[in-house]
Amino acid sequence: MMALAVTLALALVAAAIALSFWRLLIGPSAPDRILALDTLYINTIALLILLGLRLNSNLYFEAALLIAVIGFVGTLALCKYLLRGDIIE
Amino acid sequence: MLEALLSLLILAGALFTFIGSLGLARLPDFFTRLHAPTKATTLGVGSLLIASAIHFSTQGEGLSLHEVLVTLFLFITAPVSGHLLGKTGLHLRLPRLGKQADGGLPPGLPPG
Amino acid sequence: MRPIRRLLPHPWLTTVLTLVWLLLNNTLSPGHVLLGLVLGWLIPLLSLRFWPDTVHFHHPLALLRFIGRVLWDILVANLNVAQLILGKPERLRPGFFAIPLDLETELAISLLANTVSLTPGTLSVELSPDRRTLFVHGMDVPDPAATCAEIKLRYEAPLKEVFEP
Repeated sequence: MMALAVTLALALVAAAIALSFWRLLIGPSAPDRILALDTLYINTIALLILLGLRLNSNLYFEAALLIAVIGFVGTLALCKYLLRGDIIE
Repeated sequence: MLEALLSLLILAGALFTFIGSLGLARLPDFFTRLHAPTKATTLGVGSLLIASAIHFSTQGEGLSLHEVLVTLFLFITAPVSGHLLGKTGLHLRLPRLGKQADGGLPPGLPPG
Repeated sequence: MRPIRRLLPHPWLTTVLTLVWLLLNNTLSPGHVLLGLVLGWLIPLLSLRFWPDTVHFHHPLALLRFIGRVLWDILVANLNVAQLILGKPERLRPGFFAIPLDLETELAISLLANTVSLTPGTLSVELSPDRRTLFVHGMDVPDPAATCAEIKLRYEAPLKEVFEP
């Protein structure tokens, strides 16, 4: 039963990634694209956790944590750049 | 029983993740789109992580609580990036819906 | 009391750092507990200049109750937002509104802003330079004044009780 749930969940998350990617492509503004990237990395964390559950491996957790940290810093840097025209003040 | 609970958590998590991205794709203006990922995806990934923690804790190799760390991190960072994105949107004066309710906009930012 | 303060400037930070270290390594072995304690003691000492104020929790029970309430509201918020996303976009009534703040410390204000962002259809977007007003965007706010009053009663009052009695 859980295998079926994980397969369904993987399909849903894949659809979510496609939708975020669609927003990344059409924009229309720069913050919209940053928001799409932000959502994409959260979706990727979901995907990695599901893979970890499916393959019964604890290793994917580290990747999920790294993506969470790097994605957050990336969003902040991009926003800061649009706000001030500079990242490190 | 446990498996049913896990399946429910996994499906709920994936569904919320999907709804968040759906909102991102179909809502009309930047500021309403901003709500979708910061809300729906945090709970989505949150329940997936809880499911993962329960699953690996019941594998017989002792407690596995480090998934809590990712949940915690996401719950702390999601509002911060949402706030900064909103600030950027205001700064760039992105078009928005609902002009009638803009009485509370920060001073120095003309409407539109 | 004074020498303890200098040696252990932020006891709460030390506790949190130790816990994070143990969670990160997913273990409770004595070696890691010791290493976590050493790191939790050393990091606040080395980064002392970034943490000018010590944190005081005046009512720990009130804080726990607040956390529970916020978690419950996040669940409700998600159901609300999901309903709004799946509904007709033309029916949304989005808009900005301002919340006049009673809180004064930085930590309390940032916690309030984060709570507002995490809960029902609202997102804090800007803080006025004098830190007296928080600007919030609502996804569906038919009555901004009522939402503002609810936020003040539900989140700001408990935070004030915990951090600024």
